[in-house]
Amino acid sequence: MKYQEEFRDSRKVRAIVAQIRKMTTKHWRVMEVCGGQTHSILKYGLDELVPAGLEFLHGPGCPICVTPTEVIDLALELSMRETILFCSFGDMLRVPGSKEDLLSLKARGANIQMVYSPLDAVKLAKDHPDKEVVFFAVGFETTAPANALSVLHARQLGLRNYSILVSQVLVPPAIEGLLRNPETRIDAFLAAGHVCTIMGEGDYERLVENYQIPIAITGFEPVDILEGLRSCVDMLETGKVALENQYKRSVRANGNPAAQQALKEVFEVKNQRWRGLGELSKSGLGLNEKYQEYDAARKFNLNAGHKKETGNCISGEILMGLKKPTDCPEFCNRCHPQNPLGATMVSEEGACHAYYLYKKRGAHNHEQHRMRLSI
Amino acid sequence: MSNIECAFPFNEYPHVLLAHGGGGKLADDLIRKLFAATFGDVNRHDGALLELPPSKLVMTTDSFVVTPLFFPGGSIGKLAVCGTVNDLAMCGARPKFLSLSFILEEGLPMEILLQVCQDIKSTADACEVSIVTGDTKVVERGKGDGIYINTTGIGSLINKFTGPETILEGDAIILNGDLGRHGMAIMAQREGLEFEPEIESDCANLWADVKKITQAGVPIHCMRDLTRGGLASCLNELSAQASRKIHLESSAISISEPVGSACEILGLNPYTLACEGRFVLFVSSEYKEDAMQLMGPAAACIGYVGEICEQATVINTNELGVERFMEQPNGDLLPRIC
Repeated sequence: MKYQEEFRDSRKVRAIVAQIRKMTTKHWRVMEVCGGQTHSILKYGLDELVPAGLEFLHGPGCPICVTPTEVIDLALELSMRETILFCSFGDMLRVPGSKEDLLSLKARGANIQMVYSPLDAVKLAKDHPDKEVVFFAVGFETTAPANALSVLHARQLGLRNYSILVSQVLVPPAIEGLLRNPETRIDAFLAAGHVCTIMGEGDYERLVENYQIPIAITGFEPVDILEGLRSCVDMLETGKVALENQYKRSVRANGNPAAQQALKEVFEVKNQRWRGLGELSKSGLGLNEKYQEYDAARKFNLNAGHKKETGNCISGEILMGLKKPTDCPEFCNRCHPQNPLGATMVSEEGACHAYYLYKKRGAHNHEQHRMRLSI
Repeated sequence: MSNIECAFPFNEYPHVLLAHGGGGKLADDLIRKLFAATFGDVNRHDGALLELPPSKLVMTTDSFVVTPLFFPGGSIGKLAVCGTVNDLAMCGARPKFLSLSFILEEGLPMEILLQVCQDIKSTADACEVSIVTGDTKVVERGKGDGIYINTTGIGSLINKFTGPETILEGDAIILNGDLGRHGMAIMAQREGLEFEPEIESDCANLWADVKKITQAGVPIHCMRDLTRGGLASCLNELSAQASRKIHLESSAISISEPVGSACEILGLNPYTLACEGRFVLFVSSEYKEDAMQLMGPAAACIGYVGEICEQATVINTNELGVERFMEQPNGDLLPRIC
């Protein structure tokens, strides 16, 4: 992990912030669409280092946050069945459905197993032929290939007791949804480096072309994010509209063809509901006809239905960049990580949760920070 | 582990039976052949008679349910002694006596129980504490996790009882080493994660450090060991109890490369990982250098105590010079998706 140090180097950060300050003449609003980037921006305080005229908007980039309540309810229902061993990544366990979360059910005796990879769940299915093993396949294009691989692996092993509960979301349709919405005011996007590492640059080139908006692909460390921001500001100030790749150490123009092939083999694009945003056209993945037998919802006859979201939560507006967590009267009052009222508070990578962790009381003196950094 | 000879006839009862906790012949055998053989001549009456020092006494208790029973850098036995001894030391007391209670699971290999007892004995000797009384219960197979241990400790107060109420504005906060080793060592063992090099628990007796500091006459305002919830939990608790803001400089807080890397991979925060051999010391700033010297080369001043506050407030100036809150962790460590 030594390579990360150079991307957290305070001298480099200072130098890039100075360049950004020099080139910024107007108020620009730049949206990141990646929970990892949102978390880094708040953890390192990048929002307080950049000039006051530059505003980070925290888009729908946390896959945990945007998983619809009704899908979590299905997970809860499955995990209560005696024959089922329900497997999930750790951070999905405390995300509340309409009534409770998987951790609480686990405490009451449900068969819930935390795993680090869907392939671990396949192994559990192999080792427990008497159990139906279900993996909670959530996430963006980054987790989807491993989920696809688990299905391929299960078929290869001839396992009939493995299936996945799918809630896979896609980034470009979400960006497109935001750009088509007349209410949003977004000047440029930071695109998530790990998503582009899998999918390549193609979809983002089309977004730039069709919507005439600058996009910079970048990573998750402070230097990465600030380089991406510098790239956006440079384009905005000079009137250039392009896709720039600031994450060349990982992203290739055509992405990862093997991962894309696995996705194509197993999944198909479908309409998808997002917690906080509602249904977005062609924004999700579901198992295609060839792999229906691995679809837990179909296998166990589940119907997600549609759950209404809490009335007074503004997470939808936050995800669209229209409001900030601190604009919400419930923030840090009735709504906090132990009692999240909506999407952006449920996981550490959601904007409200990250604000809560690092700057909830807003007692920071921005000028003091800038003086300390001598920028 | 010590090389204490054990006369226990493993070939006769190689596993713990329910009868070993039944108060009969087998229980007697267990006490005589394993416990007495390991800990020396133990008191066989219903209680221990103690010679009490003239000073005030401090008493604390703790239970230990860790799995696995053995982990790199320690075992449940070592932990059961250090945990209670460290709590006494943090109150400014010299550890004197320990009680030792086992809840054993039927079927536990005697060999394992022996190893745990040997760890308890060697750690107690190193901590200069006597095990004076004990108890054993056996639960049915499947109703325990091998071994649960409770230890209660009594210590004699050296100078004055140090607690959060004696923390003062301007106090320096000194930490005696790097963070997160115990939590990550246990997690790696439990989840089958392999790290190169292997991460060892920091499980250690803190009495030795406290003894040096008190003997040197450094006036201690407060001490607290970092256990579950790590530094973030410890300092938030102290901030609330002392009604004082705590300011930290993350550049002064050390995290070893293996622990840091493991946290990056799993999406965990090293400030919230458990430690079992780390403590924070609060002293007036004029004693800062003396204390750090006594606490060894890994000790560092990580921050200071600030003004009065109404609710727990721990503010960390991060690597980039920006102040961020350090929030109290939720209590469960859940690795992140991405």
